Amino acid sequence: MVDDLIVRAMLEELLRPVEALESIGSEPDLPPGGVAIAIGGLTKSFGSNTVLHGIDLHVPAGQFLTVIGKSGCGKSTLLRILAGLDRPSSGEVLFDGVPAGRSEHVGRLMFQEPRLLPWARVAGNVEVGLGARRGTPGAERRALAKLAAVGLESRAADWPSVLSGGQKQRVALARALASSPHFLALDEPLGALDALTRIEMQGLVEQVWREQGFTAVLVTHDVTEAIVLGDRVVLIEDGMVRLELDVDLPRPRRRGTPEVAALEEKVLRHLFSDGGTLQRSAVPGPTK
Amino acid sequence: MSDAPITLGRPLLPAAPALSARRFGPAARRFLTTGAASWIVPAALLLVWQAAAELGLLPPNVLPAPSDVLGAVWRLGASGELLDNIAVSARRAGIGFVLGGSLAFAFGLLNGLSKIGETLTDTTFQMIRNIPNLAMVPLVILWFGIEDSARIFLVALGVFFPIYINTFHGIRTADAQLVEMGRSYGMSSWELFRRVILPGALPSIFVGLRYALGIMWLTLIVAETIAANSGIGYMAMSAREFMQLDVVVLSILLYALLGKLADSTARLLERSTLQWHPAFQARRKET
Repeated sequence: MVDDLIVRAMLEELLRPVEALESIGSEPDLPPGGVAIAIGGLTKSFGSNTVLHGIDLHVPAGQFLTVIGKSGCGKSTLLRILAGLDRPSSGEVLFDGVPAGRSEHVGRLMFQEPRLLPWARVAGNVEVGLGARRGTPGAERRALAKLAAVGLESRAADWPSVLSGGQKQRVALARALASSPHFLALDEPLGALDALTRIEMQGLVEQVWREQGFTAVLVTHDVTEAIVLGDRVVLIEDGMVRLELDVDLPRPRRRGTPEVAALEEKVLRHLFSDGGTLQRSAVPGPTK
Repeated sequence: MSDAPITLGRPLLPAAPALSARRFGPAARRFLTTGAASWIVPAALLLVWQAAAELGLLPPNVLPAPSDVLGAVWRLGASGELLDNIAVSARRAGIGFVLGGSLAFAFGLLNGLSKIGETLTDTTFQMIRNIPNLAMVPLVILWFGIEDSARIFLVALGVFFPIYINTFHGIRTADAQLVEMGRSYGMSSWELFRRVILPGALPSIFVGLRYALGIMWLTLIVAETIAANSGIGYMAMSAREFMQLDVVVLSILLYALLGKLADSTARLLERSTLQWHPAFQARRKET
């Protein structure tokens, strides 16, 4: 408990100059905050294969929604449509009531892989995330500020090839945050990390989300991760929403508490409809 | 009792070679990884050559001694003939390389980026590529005579294909995931090209560049020995007529040196532009 307080205090101390830097930037960011997302009757098919069968979802501004499901259930496709990388076959996505394509809100996608440019230094990679403001005079300072927010300001001049997997994903997170998005889509960004680094990164994602207040949609197949991070957990199966579960627990949440375990059980029982308890023991904790 | 000699003998035997390796190993190893060490073999070859000539194993009408070749350098250098011929050859190689190389680079980019460009021109290039460019010599002499333009044309034709093919390949094999990332961050086509596609194609382009530099000298040598009135190749051919074997050998050595120089320059460029590449980082750490 005491340790936690000290760490909090240190973090806040570290983060203060970052905010100071932010305000120096030539152009002010759009006011921070989230965007409300409304998804109506969304379907997507590739040829004769229908991946999404009419998804209806409403994500209030600033909510952290986690989407969970087995591989191939269509959760990544949903995310790619939300991030504007794929077009829906029918249905609509509204950002604050405006069709996503015409919205002024910035949405960013964090991929499963870091996808850093190997020929750009760490700071240069973060600059990529600035969108239209790449190459403007304040760009480098902004990039450094975002790097500091993920604790990597000392590696700004390094090549990505010398970073560890977790550090690369941190850089990717800083890049996604660079333009202060109103919506951040996360496509299993922590799936390839080792268990300890993943817990650390979950904390970091939660921290930046609380600071910046964007709407977050995280796709994962780690039930614990979904419950620890999400305000709401949505279970997708065969391209349809099977379960919506509000997670009403105080943050930061701790793994292994009875409340988290109970919710985990509930989700797993839905995922494996033939009983649950037997399957439960076969799927211990965070599985891939 | 009978165990004693064995237990004593065991550590002694392997210790002896380990000791000598420890004494000579590190210093020799350090020297062998420096750039100077790469000249050991050429220098040794020269020494053997000189010794063989002094001992009469190599008759002067087969291969003159290195000291005779040095004499030729002195003689031709003093008259200015040597430098003039080197300058003429270097100029031809340079102009041909720049012309052929820049055209190849432009078409490589165009066809790599545009399906239409590829459909229109790639078949033609592949057909021309399969003609040995030296088979064009008679035709080129008829077109251009024995002027400089003939040799520049041949060099340009020779360097075109390695650069074209490798540029094309580099652009086509751009990482689709990175391209998608760039798009999702709102990069324009130009930005996508400059920040993602071109840097990714550079390693491949450099392979083409180094290969083209080799072909550049090869083509020039042949073009200059067949029809020319100046240049290193011409120097060698006219020396042959007067039985000046030392000058013939000097010309051959000059080509070797110029080729090495061009390759080193390309490597230097490669190392400075590909600093990000793990292969080059590893090499830097070793030296």
